[in-house]
Amino acid sequence: MLKSRLFWPVIILLIILAINLFFDPGFFKIEVKNGHLTGSLVDIVNRGAPLMLISIGMTLVIATKGIDLGVGSVIAMSGSIAAMTVVQGMASDTSLTPLFMAIAAALGLSLAAGLWNGLLVSRIGIQPIVATLILMVAGRGIAQLITDGQITTIYYEPYSFIGGGYLFAIPFSVYLVAAVLGIALYMTKKTALGLFIQSVGANPEASRLAGINSKNIILLVYLFSGFCAGVGGLILSSNVSSADGNNAGLWFELDAILAVVIGGTSLMGGRFFLMGSVIGALIIQSLTTTIYSIGIPPETNLIVKAVVVIIVCLLQSPEFRQKVLRPRMKKPHKKEPENSLNEQGVKIS
Amino acid sequence: MEKHFPKLEMKGITKTFPGVKALSNVSLRLFPGEVHALMGENGAGKSTLIKVLTGVYTKDEGTVTLDGKPVEVSTPLEAQNLGISTVYQEVNLCSNLSVVENIFIGREIIKRGRIDWKEMNRRAKELLTELNLDIDVSKTLGSYSVAIQQMVAIVRALNVKAKVLILDEPTSSLDLNEVQQLFATIRKLKKDGLCIVFISHFLDQIYEITDRLTVLRNGEWIGEYKTQSLPRYELISKMIGKEFIDSKSINENPVAENKGVSETVMEAAQLSKAGNIHPFNLELRKGEIMGLAGLLGSGRSELARLLFGADKADSGTIKVKGKKVHLNSPKQAIAHNIAFSSENRKSEGIIGDLSIRENMILALQGRQGWFNYMPRKQQEEIVDEYIKLLNINPPNPEQLIKNLSGGNQQKVLLARWLLTNPDLLILDEPTRGIDIGAKAEIQKLMVSLSEKGMSILFISSELEEILRTCKRISVLRDREKVSELENREHITQQDIMREIAGGVG
Repeated sequence: MLKSRLFWPVIILLIILAINLFFDPGFFKIEVKNGHLTGSLVDIVNRGAPLMLISIGMTLVIATKGIDLGVGSVIAMSGSIAAMTVVQGMASDTSLTPLFMAIAAALGLSLAAGLWNGLLVSRIGIQPIVATLILMVAGRGIAQLITDGQITTIYYEPYSFIGGGYLFAIPFSVYLVAAVLGIALYMTKKTALGLFIQSVGANPEASRLAGINSKNIILLVYLFSGFCAGVGGLILSSNVSSADGNNAGLWFELDAILAVVIGGTSLMGGRFFLMGSVIGALIIQSLTTTIYSIGIPPETNLIVKAVVVIIVCLLQSPEFRQKVLRPRMKKPHKKEPENSLNEQGVKIS
Repeated sequence: MEKHFPKLEMKGITKTFPGVKALSNVSLRLFPGEVHALMGENGAGKSTLIKVLTGVYTKDEGTVTLDGKPVEVSTPLEAQNLGISTVYQEVNLCSNLSVVENIFIGREIIKRGRIDWKEMNRRAKELLTELNLDIDVSKTLGSYSVAIQQMVAIVRALNVKAKVLILDEPTSSLDLNEVQQLFATIRKLKKDGLCIVFISHFLDQIYEITDRLTVLRNGEWIGEYKTQSLPRYELISKMIGKEFIDSKSINENPVAENKGVSETVMEAAQLSKAGNIHPFNLELRKGEIMGLAGLLGSGRSELARLLFGADKADSGTIKVKGKKVHLNSPKQAIAHNIAFSSENRKSEGIIGDLSIRENMILALQGRQGWFNYMPRKQQEEIVDEYIKLLNINPPNPEQLIKNLSGGNQQKVLLARWLLTNPDLLILDEPTRGIDIGAKAEIQKLMVSLSEKGMSILFISSELEEILRTCKRISVLRDREKVSELENREHITQQDIMREIAGGVG
C-alpha cells in the first residue's frame, strides 16, 4: 500500500533531479568541506527543511478533513518573536540564555496559535478554511507588531546555528526535521492516534458513535501543525539572521498543502502519508532550486512551478492514468509506461 | 367525480439494478382529482417507482400512459414538460434566495434579454394567493417556517402547469398546524383536478387526506385499495407481509426458559427529547432480547440513540445496573458497557476507507485510549478470530470495508461492538438490506449472545424476526412508546400489528 502510494512522488523527484544532472554534471556530487557536507542535494534538503516540517503538520490536519492556512503567519510570528527576544536578551547577556529564551518564546507563541486554530475548529465548529484564515491575516499583523514593522538583523552567533549550523557534518535543520518526523511517525504508528485521525477524517459521525473523542483529536492536530510551523519559523529566521514580519513564510501554507497533496494524501481526509508529504516538500524545493540553477528566467518561475504541479497532480489521479495512459499501453508495440507517461505529461502542459 | 379513465397509468413496470430486482411488474393508476397514497416499508420500491415516473431512472419493462397516450419519460426535464412534478422529502430549495427566486429558478421570465422581476413578483404572488398564502415574496425563503417552504416548493412544482404532483414525505418535518395548512392546499389542488401522489409514514394522515392507495412490498405490487374501506390493521399487514422464512436453526421459543427474575441492566424513566420521542420508561434485564417494533419514523431509532448518548435527552433519568448515570456522549455510554450499531450503516457505521481490521478494533481502541495501542499481532489475532466466528467474507483483515457486501459490513460492525464485550447491545435494523443467509446468522448470534448474559435491544421492521428472537416487545407509534408485550405462545404478528396501528381495525 505505502509502496504504491510513494511510487509516483519518488519517480517525479528523481526525474527533476535527473534534469539537473543534464545541466550540471556535478549535481549529485557531495563533498566534505571544512567538516561540512556540501553539494546541491545537501542544499535542497537543508533549504527544504522548513517546508518539510510544515508539510508534516499539515498532513495530519488534512487527514482530519481540515486545512491550516495559518502556518505562513505562524512562521513569521515565531521568527519575529525569537529574533526580538534575542535582540533584547543580548544587551545584558552574552551566554546562551538568550537563545533558549528565544526558542521558548517562539515555540510558546506557535503552540498558542495552534491552540487558537484548534479551538475555533473543534470547539466552536468554524469551518477550518475560515477559522485558519483568521490567523493567516491576524498572525502576520501580530508579527509586524512584534518587529515594529522593521526588518531587524541579529548579530548573535548561537542563533544562526539553528538554521545554518552543522552537527557531525550534517546541517542541523536536518536533525530537526528528522526529530519532528520521528515524533509524528511514532505517534501515528505506535499509538492509536493514527487510527483515530484517519477515522475522524473519513467519517466523523461514525467515529463519534464508536466512542472516539474527535474534538480532542482535531485540537491536537492543529496544535501540532502550529508547533511544526514554529520550528520552521525558527529555522527560516535563523537562516537569514533577521526577523521579517512582513515576508517571512509568505505563501508557505500553499506550498505545504501542495506538498501534502503531491504526497498522496487526499484533501477529503482519511488516509494520510507522512513520508509522501516529506517527498512532496522535497519535490517543491528541488523544483525551485532547479528553476534557478538551469537558468529559467525568474519571471516565469511561478508558471513553470504551476505547470509541473499540474502534471504531478494528473499523474497522481488514477482516473487520469486510466483514461489517458491505458489506450497508449494497448498499442501493439508496448512502450515502457514511464515513457508514454512523460510524453503525455508534456502534451497536457 | 368521473373516474372512467385514469389520468396517468403505469403498467407492468420492472426495474432491475445489478443483483437486485427493485420493481417487478408494478402498476399505478392515478385518476383526476384524487389523492393517492403510495404505501410500503423501506425498500419496498416506492422511491424507485417515483424515480421511474419522473425520468430519473429508466424502466426495463412496462408502459406509462398519460391522458391515454403512451409516453416515454427518460429525463426529469421531460417529466416536467409533461406536467409531472415532484416535491421531495427535504425541501430542496435554496433558503438564502428569495421566495420569487426559488419559484422561478431555472425558468425565469425573460423580457428583452433581461429578467422581468416585476412580472415574476406578480406571478409568484398570484400563485401563492391561489393557495391562500399571503407572504412577502421578496424575503428570503429561510425566514419562513418549514411548512411555508414546503408550500413554496409546491408552488414551484405547480408553476410548470402540473398535471401530476408527487409529494414525497411532505409532512415529516411539519407540526400539526402546519400539516393542516398543507392539507388545505392539497384539498384545493384536488378540487382543481390535479392527481396527487402522497407518500408518508404517518397512517393518520394517510387516512385523513388520501382517497385511494397502492401498496408495494419488496418491489412487488400488492394491491390498489380505497383508503376508507381498508382497515389500518390490514393495511399494515399488507405492507409488512406475513411470510415466515425458515426458522429451524433459530431459537423457536425464546420464552420457554424463564430463569426467574434476573438483574436489571438498564432502566430508563421518563426519558424524552422534544421533537424526537415522547417520555418513555424502559427496563432491560440481563440476558434478554427486547424487540422494538413500530413503523419507520415511529421513534425507534430516536429512543435507542438516547440510551446510547448519541443524542442528549431533555428530561428523564437513566440507570445502569441500578446506578444513575448521565449519558451525554457515546464515549460515556461505551464506558458503561453499552454498545450501539446504527441503522445507517454507511453514514454512521462503517469507515469506508479503512480496513476490516481498523474498523473492527475502533471502538475497543477508543475505549483503551491513544497510548494503549494494541500491538499489531494482537489486533490480527482478535480480528482473525472474529472473521472466523462471524464467517466474514473475504477473510482478509486488510481489505477495505467499503468493498464488502452489506451483510459482511454489518458483521464487521457487530464484531466492533462484541470486542468491547458490552452488557447491553443496541442493534438498530442490523438485518436491513442484507441477504437471508446473513440475516439468519445474525439472528442466531443474537440468541447465543443473550444466552451468555448479554442484553440486547433489537430494532427491526420485520415482525417475524422480532417474534423469533425477542422475549419482550415494545411497540412505538408516532414517537411514543405505546405498549409492551410479553412474547408468549399465542402472540402473533397480527397482535403486534394491531398495536402498531393503534388498536383500530
